[in-house]
Amino acid sequence: METVLRTTNLNKYFYEPQPFQVLKDINLEVRKGEFLSLVGKSGCGKSTLLYLISTMDTDYEGTLEMNNTLLTGKKQNELARFRNEHIGFVFQFHFLLPEFTVLQNVMIPALKLGRYKPQEVEERAYEKLKILDVHEHATKPASKLSGGQQQRVAIARALINDPSIIMGDEPTGNLDSYNAQVVFDIFRQLTREFGQTIITVTHDPEFAANSDRIVEMSDGRIISSHPALIS
Amino acid sequence: MNLAYQIAKTHLISKPKQTIVAMLGVTFGIAMFITMVGLMTGLNNFTEELTMTSTPDIRIYHDITEPRQSILEETNQGKGLLVVHHQKPKSETPKIRNAFQIASLLQQDPMVLGAAPLLSSQVFYNYGPVQLNGTIAGVDIMEEDKLFDLRHKIKTGQLEDLLVSQDGIIMGTGLARKLNAQTGDRVVITTPEGYTMTLKIVGTFQMGLGAIDNVKAYANISTVQKILQKDQNYVTDINIKLKDINAAKPKAAELQRLFRYKAEDWETANATFLTGSIIRNILTYSVSITLLIVAGFGIYNILNMTIYNKMKDIAILKATGFAAADVRNIFLIQSLVIGLIGSVLGLVIGFGLSYLVSQVPFNGGDFISIDTLPVNFDPKYYIIGIVFGLVTTAFAGYLPSRNAGKVDPIEIIRGQ
Repeated sequence: METVLRTTNLNKYFYEPQPFQVLKDINLEVRKGEFLSLVGKSGCGKSTLLYLISTMDTDYEGTLEMNNTLLTGKKQNELARFRNEHIGFVFQFHFLLPEFTVLQNVMIPALKLGRYKPQEVEERAYEKLKILDVHEHATKPASKLSGGQQQRVAIARALINDPSIIMGDEPTGNLDSYNAQVVFDIFRQLTREFGQTIITVTHDPEFAANSDRIVEMSDGRIISSHPALIS
Repeated sequence: MNLAYQIAKTHLISKPKQTIVAMLGVTFGIAMFITMVGLMTGLNNFTEELTMTSTPDIRIYHDITEPRQSILEETNQGKGLLVVHHQKPKSETPKIRNAFQIASLLQQDPMVLGAAPLLSSQVFYNYGPVQLNGTIAGVDIMEEDKLFDLRHKIKTGQLEDLLVSQDGIIMGTGLARKLNAQTGDRVVITTPEGYTMTLKIVGTFQMGLGAIDNVKAYANISTVQKILQKDQNYVTDINIKLKDINAAKPKAAELQRLFRYKAEDWETANATFLTGSIIRNILTYSVSITLLIVAGFGIYNILNMTIYNKMKDIAILKATGFAAADVRNIFLIQSLVIGLIGSVLGLVIGFGLSYLVSQVPFNGGDFISIDTLPVNFDPKYYIIGIVFGLVTTAFAGYLPSRNAGKVDPIEIIRGQ
């Protein structure tokens, strides 16, 4: 299988309030179409690792490669462009723009990328909403939807540019068990049917157990990496 | 850029109250600027025009008050200590020699529009029990008309009436009113030397400036020469009007060197007036700039608040691939749109206020004859206004917008 993401000897330090090494020699490889869960106790560095590989945090040692492109050392503007094209985000909180409609929220990253004409972008955004079964709310303001619906819109937004990787920071952390299951099923479907790569940080053992691979961290190190029990 | 504009527009429309308040700040500043500048420059131009219509561009006269070296100093220059006690000014008449020849020479100069010899004197006007101090100017009335457009300032009678009359005068309307005299009446004048003569009012004129209309009367040169008991060549001033008023200063210096009489240009003669106009301009601009800075702070605050409230939105925009410049543009566009609409609205309201002010009845009293306040509607100030508005809002918007661009998305997203 093709490798989508590779980190080599990632080290990261926090200097405030005390100098502290939060990540130690992280070597991680993620293959295309993999559904990977990052687990570990609070403060083990899993979120920090996620934000490093998301390219938003550039203050680290070691190298980061995605799609065989070396991202370490690139400028902020290039990284922004890269994120736009190759990475989709789903956060614990949906972070939709409340003044815009559901459809506009999904369209914005694609309009930014400018690969398609606005007319086409609108069609594609509608398709993505349909996959996530929230298309009937397309013209409503984003703030009028329920939490579960908003999270599904956020996933549609993450998908709009057909990214190489979707990154989730506890995407089900703020949802009730029903909606958590819905979101999980969507992720499952995305990897199975669309060959989408997904990396999520999660505290939910059930969620992790149902993914393809579990990477467990402790005190800034990867202590184990194994296929999930169920799959 | 188009996407940034779309997002900026949605932000502005979704918070209409806040947007309008920010706009009103700019609107108020620009409207006040337009109104104040209109009124101030209107007044300046009006008084300048009045002054210009009554002052020649260059006035040539014999300056008898100029300090003069004593004969001792002239012969013993730089030798030891020279003390001359109580030196009286040399007894000189203010007469300009060969004034008529100088005038006709000047009239042939291509730069000169008109040159008029003038003889003026202090006199008392007596009419019945009323006695008023004033001046009488002996002129070649036709040449004087070329300089000051007298024909259009005549209220009663005609310029030509003066030419055919040996003892006629054309009197300022204010002076005539104070004397209670009318065209056709005879007034008695008395010179400082005590000579008395009866003159007939053949017309009245109004310059619009109390300082002239209330004291001055025109007569033929020969009449004034007779009053002063001087010979036919006695002339004290030559007034010159140039084709280009801005050439007055160098031309005056040239004429002074040429004729060896004092030549004074209009800028020097009206120095106090020009200073006043500069001070008025400084006042106008400082008040307007203050207003705009206050409006700028308003925009700065509102934008800062908006950005603070939109931290999450900014974080997600940056996470999904908006660069710092894109985010900065979103907020910069908002402040520029506020600035543009606010400024245009300010221009419209400023124009309305200026128009209202120009309709306000205003009695200039004895000083100047106007019915309403003069207001300047020069488009130049409207352009300055809108440029001011845009520059202020761009400045006020730039700092918060740049900070918005620098927001670190991780801090916001992890801080939740």
